[in-house]
Amino acid sequence: MAKLNVNGKVREFEAEPDTPLLWVLREQLQLTGTKYGCGIAQCGACTVHIDSAPVRSCVRPLSSVGTTEKIVTIEGLSPDGSHPVQRAWAMLDVPQCGFCQSGMIMAATSLLRRKPNPTDADIDAAITNICRCGTYNRVRAAIRVAVDGSSGRRAHLSSQHTDGSAT
Amino acid sequence: MSTIMMNSQLSRRGFLASTGATVGGLMVSFHIPFANAQNGTTPEVNAWVVVKPDDTIVIRIARSEMGQGTLTGLAQLVAEELECNWAKVTTEYPTPGQNLARSRVWGNFATGGSRGIRESHDYVRRGGATARMMLVQAAADGWNVPASECSAANSVITHTPSGRSTSYGKVAATAAKLTPPASASIILKDPKTWKLAGKPLARLDTVKKTMGAQDYGIDLQLPGLLNAAIKDCPVFGGKLKRFNAAAVEGRPGVKKVVQVGDSAVAVVADTWWRAKSALDALPVEWDYGPNARISQADIQQTLKAGLDAKEAVVGNSNGNAPAAIASAARRIEAVYACPYQNHATMEPMNATARWTSERCEVWVPTQNGEAALAAAAEAAGLPPAKCEVYKLYLGGGFGRRGHSDFVTQAVRIAKTMPGTPIKMIWSREEDMQHGFYHPVTQCQLTAGLDTQGNITGLHMRISGQSILATVAPQSIKDGRDMLMFQGLNPSGPEASIGYSFPNLLIDHAMRNPHVPAGFWRGVNLNQNAIYLECFIDEIAHATKQDPLALRRKLMVNHPKHLAVLNAVAERAGWDKPAPKGAFRGLAQTMGFGSYVAACAEVSVSDDGQLKIHRIVAATDPGHAVNPQQIEAQVEGSFSYGLSAALFGEITIKDGAVEQKNFDSYPVVRIADMPKVETLVLPSGGFWGGVGEPTIAVAAPAVLNAIFAATGRRIRELPLKRHSLKRA
Repeated sequence: MAKLNVNGKVREFEAEPDTPLLWVLREQLQLTGTKYGCGIAQCGACTVHIDSAPVRSCVRPLSSVGTTEKIVTIEGLSPDGSHPVQRAWAMLDVPQCGFCQSGMIMAATSLLRRKPNPTDADIDAAITNICRCGTYNRVRAAIRVAVDGSSGRRAHLSSQHTDGSAT
Repeated sequence: MSTIMMNSQLSRRGFLASTGATVGGLMVSFHIPFANAQNGTTPEVNAWVVVKPDDTIVIRIARSEMGQGTLTGLAQLVAEELECNWAKVTTEYPTPGQNLARSRVWGNFATGGSRGIRESHDYVRRGGATARMMLVQAAADGWNVPASECSAANSVITHTPSGRSTSYGKVAATAAKLTPPASASIILKDPKTWKLAGKPLARLDTVKKTMGAQDYGIDLQLPGLLNAAIKDCPVFGGKLKRFNAAAVEGRPGVKKVVQVGDSAVAVVADTWWRAKSALDALPVEWDYGPNARISQADIQQTLKAGLDAKEAVVGNSNGNAPAAIASAARRIEAVYACPYQNHATMEPMNATARWTSERCEVWVPTQNGEAALAAAAEAAGLPPAKCEVYKLYLGGGFGRRGHSDFVTQAVRIAKTMPGTPIKMIWSREEDMQHGFYHPVTQCQLTAGLDTQGNITGLHMRISGQSILATVAPQSIKDGRDMLMFQGLNPSGPEASIGYSFPNLLIDHAMRNPHVPAGFWRGVNLNQNAIYLECFIDEIAHATKQDPLALRRKLMVNHPKHLAVLNAVAERAGWDKPAPKGAFRGLAQTMGFGSYVAACAEVSVSDDGQLKIHRIVAATDPGHAVNPQQIEAQVEGSFSYGLSAALFGEITIKDGAVEQKNFDSYPVVRIADMPKVETLVLPSGGFWGGVGEPTIAVAAPAVLNAIFAATGRRIRELPLKRHSLKRA
């Protein structure tokens, strides 16, 4: 039996040592929020945190992850979507199809932990995730919102929410 | 709309033939005397609206959401007429089987061609209005008053004279039993009075995506589910020769190794990773067939020959362009080329199927639920009435998920293990190599000019592949595929040219390589806009005219095309100098019913690094249902279109696609993405699409700006083939 610390819990399961962490999370642990997009660490859809660092889990074999390393997946960011980055994403209606967004959010939260006030160049360098729907400008704006609460959206177009608020 | 009256013994073949027609966008309806199948505990008010006792509204959505926002937009249109509380709106997808059983009460499920809202807005609004009228009637009946004395707003019905009120939830069950009002009595609201439609509302389906809680096809979990990995012959048209199952059958978790059709092999295991690992280790031999001799140079040569071919199909002509060009004082000629592109959705192709001799069920992210049902029935060997498709959420579509090849594969695999649900997922490599690609084309443009530099004639010869020849070959006669002329048609509300020329000939010589072609976001509008907008720019520079001034001269008779072009030029400050070191380029086109234009601002460093600073875009889609989502679509379309123009090409070697993953098929990432300013300019009177049209103007605007910056005219895409280094 193998063991991993995922989202604050120790999980036990059976998997071959060369199984990528991505597939252990998705299949042995049923945490499907972390996505498969390429399998070669090109797209970032599989991004998780290991001891707060961003990791592309599709190329991390199970055997390379220690049982004391703290893994956090998208499901572990908050119980209810209340993490400031998640809130910013919802405020600006960032996702289109949404498939890449778990990885985007994990990359963004990790960036903000390291650089609480990132420049555009910091964002360019840290967020290399692929989004085929092209949500990049809203991703950038939402990172701004998460940093300083300001709305990156132009005033004449706003998202109206069911609670009556507009952003 | 054509109606097919079928007898109660609906043949599978008849159903297949009919739904096959939906690929071309035809509306086909059936009459099948099935009993009205009402499932679920709350009776529907009508097919479009369910109201629960607690006032929750469930709106039925027929089209597929793939990120383009159609789910929310359609809900806004229904809710507007329904006069319901938007905060309590939810949505659900009826299944294709239910649609079949109920005489296609929800109409066409196919989602493509930017038609989701513009093709269905009228009848979904009527659906909402009908439900509202029935709810009001139910309340009025309960009070014994005329319905005309009642009003509805926010899911509350009020009897105006007495002030009595009730909520939708309380009268829904009664309303469900009423006869719907006559069609002629339904009056839709004037869009000027819209309170929900036309507003930049937040999407209904956002929050789950921020939490990893939105499930896609790839995430499906069912009791007893097994997983399958599949490999199809890398050479299109090749066959599976043999494989050695015994080599992998002993691996942990592996259940079965099966041939799929005549060209593929799959491994079924308890986990997908185990299935994929076993498949990678499986000894397989292919019979590649004659297409293995074909490589990129052969394809390019074939297309080149079409540029001079005598035989071509005319898409648009007036006057006598060849004669005008032959006698012109001056000629300008250029040849352009655009390569194959892959859809490369973030979620690879997948489908889950469970087959028994009595029933076949498929769970699949699809843009065309009805075509998926037809494919499932065909592969299952069962009538459609014994099959069902459950539409799952798509991790991207862009046209790729309008095909049902992966449905057929999944059902074939499931048939080998009756009763067991099997989820088949393609690897990224499989997805990259088994697409239905944006077709390869070349274009030769020749203009005749008089001594003043005026255009006297233009001949645009397109050589290249027809999508319809792959997806609906029976519709091709004498090499005629009118879709080749998107954006170039003489007139019409769909995709017409924005210029008038004294003599014009636009024609197409069909050349179909062995590579399967499909509808890729924007379809042929993409390369047609590159070809024409870049060539117009060439003429402008060759005759020392401002590119905007030349276009304005040619667009006098095309006011709607001109309006969006002028809007971007004004917003971009075309008549003022660009920021230091930046250069501008323009493009305009019309497609999928909407008029679009863009102005790109770029700079190119001495060592050839391109930076796209910003793009100002305008779209006139006639009506705008959700302006902030339109903005999102415009930005997203630029990312998709620029990925192709800057980096993307699918090339063929020995009959197979050379690119295997995102390392060899690079795409735009956040660092490449320019600022985008979008002007949404609905001029009313028509309904144009949003998901696609703007994709076509980003590349030509950028290419024209690159010329302004460097003097280099890029004619063979993608841009990465060329150096922009200062000589």
